[in-house]
Amino acid sequence: MTIDTSQPPPGGRLVAAAKPSLLLGEHSLCPGCGEPVALRVLLEVLQDLDIVQRTIGVVGHGCYGSFVRIMDVDVLQCLHGRAPACATGIKRMRPDTAVFTLQGDGDMANEGLQEVLHAAARGEKITCVMLNNGVFGDTGGQQTATTVIGQRTKTSLEGRDPATAGYPIPVADLVATLRGSAYVARAAVSTAAGVAQTKRMLRRAFEVQLSGAGFSLVEILTMCPTGWFVPAAEGADYQGGTMEQAYPIGELVTP
Amino acid sequence: MELLEGSAAIAESAIAAGCRFFAGYPMSPFTGLLENMSHKLPAAGGVFINAESEIEGVNMAIGAAATGARAATGSCGQGIALMQEAIAEAALNETPMVVFNMARNQQDYFQCTRGGGWGDYRTITLAPKDVPEAVEHTQRLFHLADKYRAPVILYGDPLLAQTRVGVNVQPLDFGELPPKNWALDGSGGGTGRSRQIWTWAMGKATDPGPGPDRHWRAIASKFDTIGEAEQLHEQSGVNDADTVVVAFGSAAKFVEYVVRELRAEGHRVGWFRPITLWPFPGAALTEATKRARRVLVYELNAGQMLDDVRMYAADRSAVRFIGGVSIAESGLAYGELLDAPVLRQLILSEGTR
Repeated sequence: MTIDTSQPPPGGRLVAAAKPSLLLGEHSLCPGCGEPVALRVLLEVLQDLDIVQRTIGVVGHGCYGSFVRIMDVDVLQCLHGRAPACATGIKRMRPDTAVFTLQGDGDMANEGLQEVLHAAARGEKITCVMLNNGVFGDTGGQQTATTVIGQRTKTSLEGRDPATAGYPIPVADLVATLRGSAYVARAAVSTAAGVAQTKRMLRRAFEVQLSGAGFSLVEILTMCPTGWFVPAAEGADYQGGTMEQAYPIGELVTP
Repeated sequence: MELLEGSAAIAESAIAAGCRFFAGYPMSPFTGLLENMSHKLPAAGGVFINAESEIEGVNMAIGAAATGARAATGSCGQGIALMQEAIAEAALNETPMVVFNMARNQQDYFQCTRGGGWGDYRTITLAPKDVPEAVEHTQRLFHLADKYRAPVILYGDPLLAQTRVGVNVQPLDFGELPPKNWALDGSGGGTGRSRQIWTWAMGKATDPGPGPDRHWRAIASKFDTIGEAEQLHEQSGVNDADTVVVAFGSAAKFVEYVVRELRAEGHRVGWFRPITLWPFPGAALTEATKRARRVLVYELNAGQMLDDVRMYAADRSAVRFIGGVSIAESGLAYGELLDAPVLRQLILSEGTR
């Protein structure tokens, strides 16, 4: 019995509101968190590109996992690190859809670095979004592969020391070296201008995906005052003075 | 009728069943199936991906299955072990797929039948005794996967993968299936009813799902249902047998041959073969061993199915193990224990009267 995945699943087509909000409720993340900001601009891009009813999200594991409950988008919630592989299977069977992954730095850079690198190398026509806050936020602020040198976490109380804990991995820069990457950018949501730039970059990433040019990735630096042990109001400044110094903002690959 | 190697026959049968996505990583003797799928599946309009790891392959299959497509992956032994996290995930988020475990031997019984990953689930596991049966069970498994929205396993071995036999691969009809109205195509976005495939099943803020407690209870209950409904076995000569030999897969083919020989010589010997390793055909085994004074378990491992036989044999104290670990020097084939004269001697040495 062949299932024709060029056709919608049975049950009749659902009707979307003329201008759907795509947000079904309030987020439950900490004050000062940058992730809900990234989610909002991502959903706005889907609306602006008019692809709301042909987009599938693949969500990894981290605080943003709770977004599955509030985003009005078809979603596969997948295993830690494996979103680019799941997204590959989805996109290959439904090439007319727009497929994105939503992953954190723990998800993409620690658990699933292999998945994202191979998806980029294959030139999969998907958009991977990494929300990079340099810590495992969901578990309370432990060191990840993107924790910057000197940053204090619950598993590096005196600050990340390269002598024993090595150096942070610049994921966007790594992905940018691969031929299958058609669009790679790094953004930050710590300022209003940064949020606007993040939205422009996400839009270009989806446009590149829809054009069939290849793989696209946007790494978004997001505040995590809880995981950084700084007051909520100081998260943006802290990010500007630490992560944004280590990870330059800008476009690394464009078509 | 066509002369085909097992790997080719299974590939053609998967395609006849409607499989349109396959991703895998080479490991012998699974490699033959991977190679066959790499050219046969695209020719049939499907997608093949030479995955960069077993973990990627199985997760790609989950993604493909989430769109409603019939999807499969495969490996053997250690490769299946790598996939177990994802097989558990597919069981708990209910994405149907077929996993071809073209194993090197019979040492994968536990990891196939016990639910090798995390959570309360089982995997339907079918162990064909030869290539024609593998052709049938391949298609049966795609049906069962869709029927129960669960990952399922075909448990093969080097003999199944590499034996060349005449087979007829045709689409088989196993009956109606529920519509895949859960499949993702993106069309739910912005409707307030967007779809989600989620192990935690928490639903949307505006339309809460059952949540993990109720969802996982429902999953467990589903596997209870499968456990009762989908048992398959084959047996012969058990009604008057003093000795019943229990074996699965290729080993059972050897048992069938040797027991037929012994019966022709007047020995009261019968054999029993679980076709579904999970669900194990326990009630049938109890019935088949009611009159037996000896229940001999012959498997090419240190005694894995032995646990199930002990659980269901009419008289637990009648169960004896005559199998064992037996691997060729190459590591890729069975050792000397899988041999009809050796098996004959093992059975006779336990006594048949």
